[in-house]
Amino acid sequence: MALLEIKNVSRRFGDFTAVDDVSFTVESGEFFTLLGPSGCGKTTLLRMIAGFDLPDSGAIVLDGVDLRDTPAEQRPIHTVFQSYALFPHMTVAQNIAFPLRMAGKADDEVRTRVREAVAQVKLDKLEQRYPHELSGGQKQRVALARGLVNRPRLLLLDEPLGALDAKLREQMQIELIRLQRGVGVTFVFVTHSQAEALALSHRIAVMNHGVIEQMDEPDKLYGFPKNRFVADFIGNVNMHEATVAATGGTLTLELGTLGRIAAPSREGVKAGTGGVFVIRPEQVSIRAAAEASPDPNQFEGVVNDFLYIGDVTTYIVDLPDGKRFEALLPNSAPGRAKFFEVGDHVRLSWKAEAGAFLDA
Amino acid sequence: MRRSPLLWAASLAVYAFLYVPLVVVVVFSFNDSKLNAEWVGFTLDWYHKLFANAEMLHAAANSLLIAVVASALATVLGTMAGIAMHRFKSRLLPFMTLTPVAMPEILLGVSLLIFFISVFGEESLSLLTVIIAHTTFCIGFVAIIVRSRLAGMDESIFEAARDLGATPWQTFRLVTLPLIMPGVVAGALMAFTLSIDDFVITFFTAGAGVPTLPLQIYTMIKIAVTPEVNAVSTLLMLLTLTMIVLAGKIAPDVLRGKG
Repeated sequence: MALLEIKNVSRRFGDFTAVDDVSFTVESGEFFTLLGPSGCGKTTLLRMIAGFDLPDSGAIVLDGVDLRDTPAEQRPIHTVFQSYALFPHMTVAQNIAFPLRMAGKADDEVRTRVREAVAQVKLDKLEQRYPHELSGGQKQRVALARGLVNRPRLLLLDEPLGALDAKLREQMQIELIRLQRGVGVTFVFVTHSQAEALALSHRIAVMNHGVIEQMDEPDKLYGFPKNRFVADFIGNVNMHEATVAATGGTLTLELGTLGRIAAPSREGVKAGTGGVFVIRPEQVSIRAAAEASPDPNQFEGVVNDFLYIGDVTTYIVDLPDGKRFEALLPNSAPGRAKFFEVGDHVRLSWKAEAGAFLDA
Repeated sequence: MRRSPLLWAASLAVYAFLYVPLVVVVVFSFNDSKLNAEWVGFTLDWYHKLFANAEMLHAAANSLLIAVVASALATVLGTMAGIAMHRFKSRLLPFMTLTPVAMPEILLGVSLLIFFISVFGEESLSLLTVIIAHTTFCIGFVAIIVRSRLAGMDESIFEAARDLGATPWQTFRLVTLPLIMPGVVAGALMAFTLSIDDFVITFFTAGAGVPTLPLQIYTMIKIAVTPEVNAVSTLLMLLTLTMIVLAGKIAPDVLRGKG
């Protein structure tokens, strides 16, 4: 049996439907992520799971028990808030001890468990500090320790890394994974950052306008987006209008005035169907125009601009009909990587099994 | 920035206007003369006389009792009102709670008098009616201070308490109350000072049997402004000042007029 079941949950605020008939399940021990832009309903959903809000219809079921009549304080579910929400008048140790005290644990046990939790998040020697004496990363650790110390069935995390700087965020991501595997608690994580979701999750539900657009493992989500929104929201993508010219082993697409390309076939599409062709920049090869490519899909173009990131360079290439493609070139060659300059003539190419044809 | 001498002079005049009368009262309370006219010499006689004056002591005891009970009641009710105003964001609630603060005292006094007499009868005017009256006008002050204390707080702190297993009562006792405590104490001190020197509302609601310190002073100066009045005024001033300083120390934002 799944640990958490969300069954046809809806929540409306006046005319606005924040969550629209959403269903999914979370397995025990899973790191599950709700990903989406702000206003997509992910936080509303999280608040209903925590018990701060109730669904207008549908059910939230934990361990087979409908939570409708269980108030927040009685749910074996704890939350790590975006603002951390540490109690400012309590020390680190008192903050972490709070859920244990509320659960009526004996003093001895509270002391032992707090000591373990403090060690787990590497906060030793800071137990007697107050929240205002801690850095952002340290507050984050206290919030995590406080949420985990009483071993909840489920830990909800509401954009917990949002307030940290990039370097620290990466470090905390690694620690979050380590911590989640170590304690074996099921995490439901809410974020608007696709990079964070991909790096952390076992499974991701991509939400938009109150519905789940696609739910899958990170590599499947990135590799096989089901629709435009998901393709665009997760990672970077080249996206162009396309019409199906012929079906068969591979799909033949008419890419406007650019010409025909071969793309992976898809069930249920007929010749004449309109949609979009999407392909990731790293699937597009770039070489000098004079060099030949073995790929079936190839076009010559001119470098319009490039972004040097360090490990990779993204080239923005204009094709003859005005379409613009991004191509990623890893700077993995020893010494100075091969560069193209703005204005260089280049050849873009990709394999027939790269990219996807999606509904418009 | 250079300040104009005119501005200096104007400010000085304003402060002089506010404080010179108070200083005069204090100085003459130590003057060895029955007349508030010229400085004769230093004495503590008036204070000795004051503490031998049974009527005055009785009035002071009344005032203290009223102030303690009324401020305690107003603190409890005002704190609840402040929290409610913060939580429910209604427009009616602040209006209802704060109106007595803005209402002219004479209006409040008269309306309370009419209320007590018409509902409970003429004999009802007593220590109790004064306490009720004082509680009424102090609630608003406490509520404002408590609400301003809550206004800047991260709402998720209270949700976190619930989330981590605290019942609503535990959340209030262990999280909300400690966090608003400076506001509560400042409100209590404010209520105490307002109550102890209130004249107008007390005058209407006290009836004949309950002299308070301000009423007693008023009775005395109807005959003459004796140095004894100066002495009791000085003590009252000292008490009020202490309370205000304490309130400012406990909740600095209150005196700075934030919120």
